[in-house]
Amino acid sequence: MVSVLLKIFGSNNLELAEDVVQDALISALETWKIKGVPDNPKAWLYRAAKNKAIDILRKEKFSESIDFEDPERQLLKSEYTLANTMEQLWDDDSIKDDFLAMMFACCHPEISEENQITFILKSLCGFSTKEVASSFLTSEDTISKRLYRTKEFFRKSGTRPKIPSSNEIVPRTKAVLNSIYLMFNEGYNSTHADELVREDLITQALLLCRSLTEHEKTNLPEVYALMALMCFHASRSKSRVSEEGEMVLLADQNRNLWNQELITLGNQYLNQSAFGKSMSMFHLEAAIASAHCAAQKFEDTDWKLILNCYDQMLAVSEDPVVRINRSIAVAEISGAKTALESLKQLEKDSRIQKYYMYHSVVGEFNERLNQHQLARNHYELAKRLTQSEREKSFLDGKLKKLSHLTN
Amino acid sequence: MNDYLMIIRGGGGLDSSPEEMQGHMAKWQKWMGGLAAAGQLGGGEPLMSEGKSITNSGATVLDRPLAEGKELVGGYIIFKTDSLEAATELAKGCPGLQEGSDLEIREIRKMG
Repeated sequence: MVSVLLKIFGSNNLELAEDVVQDALISALETWKIKGVPDNPKAWLYRAAKNKAIDILRKEKFSESIDFEDPERQLLKSEYTLANTMEQLWDDDSIKDDFLAMMFACCHPEISEENQITFILKSLCGFSTKEVASSFLTSEDTISKRLYRTKEFFRKSGTRPKIPSSNEIVPRTKAVLNSIYLMFNEGYNSTHADELVREDLITQALLLCRSLTEHEKTNLPEVYALMALMCFHASRSKSRVSEEGEMVLLADQNRNLWNQELITLGNQYLNQSAFGKSMSMFHLEAAIASAHCAAQKFEDTDWKLILNCYDQMLAVSEDPVVRINRSIAVAEISGAKTALESLKQLEKDSRIQKYYMYHSVVGEFNERLNQHQLARNHYELAKRLTQSEREKSFLDGKLKKLSHLTN
Repeated sequence: MNDYLMIIRGGGGLDSSPEEMQGHMAKWQKWMGGLAAAGQLGGGEPLMSEGKSITNSGATVLDRPLAEGKELVGGYIIFKTDSLEAATELAKGCPGLQEGSDLEIREIRKMG
């Protein structure tokens, strides 16, 4: 709803748009409290917001706050065309288009990723500044600043929300997908935010991506692939953390807790992603996630298929994180020794040496090879490098087990 | 680029049904949308048929518009274009013509 209102008032009037939504919600609550919830609450809300928007347009007709010189907004100034234009703007298809257009505007290449997600959550997902702040574990002040910067960018650059033309749609959609995936991971991996906010982020990322699958211009193969990937990941979210709040490794997860509905959905999306020629990273990641979800037991995992996907990913571009993940598949197929060798080339990479995951994995391989001292060194290093309390307590558990073995 | 005022007199679907009204408005929408997209629209509003008039240097106040019936001013549009001829061409597209209105096009005078 905010995206339509932004189109009506101009993207420099975000507060005004939010106020209208807020007002519509309040009047809905007040009316519904007395008269009961109407048959079509969404239509009722839209109508309330539309009428409020019309009141504002009439009031602001001769003020400077709304730019009526814009050809698209000139028709909102004259009574000859106001009602009709508003009717068209609030048409369902038009609303869907505006929503997508706004998503593309938020993911403009010149806006930093942090700011992109912040603005998406605020303007499209209806998060309050406080909620956005808590999902990033940062202050409301910081979020306000980020929002301000993005609004300034829109104002100065004159960028207006629109769905990119067909020759731009692939790269621009990719940027949107990256942003959605980041948002999803923020919810999926973050160990700081509280449970509710995390689930909200996951749900919103899924909703945003689904809206891309529903539009003929943006239902690209990689959109379906990301949708599949997120469904597979989300299906496992319940089993990733124990009741005590500890992290549970894939091998030890209770697979009965996996959400079969989401896995089925993931497979459907994966099938839909198979048309066309493009093979994105999301396709490969989704294929890997699907292989994990397909295994009834950890021992059933098709590691060869997974290794093959990782090899394809590395063939596109060398990525140390992918290489680390690949080594886990290598270890399952050819043993820890070969896995360690596959990581040899990362030993000189100073950035990777500061990445806790590398040391955690190398520690694990050494443990399997009974190199307890080496394993302990790497676990200690990993513990120092991670910020996450859950990771730390997980590594503590590993270290404790090792000290039992040596003593 | 000059401004031209188009005065719309008479006609109007005052006693038309809601469906007819909607049809009329859709035509206005299309026509004015075209003008706006071409940068030729300066603005414009429809008027209520009720009104008051003041005459005799303010001595007389009438409870009706000065001109009535076919002469009643029902609304105005401002065009942005280069000549009176061009403005007249634009006016020919006005849906009011099919609703029985007469149109008068005048250039807005730049004073001083």
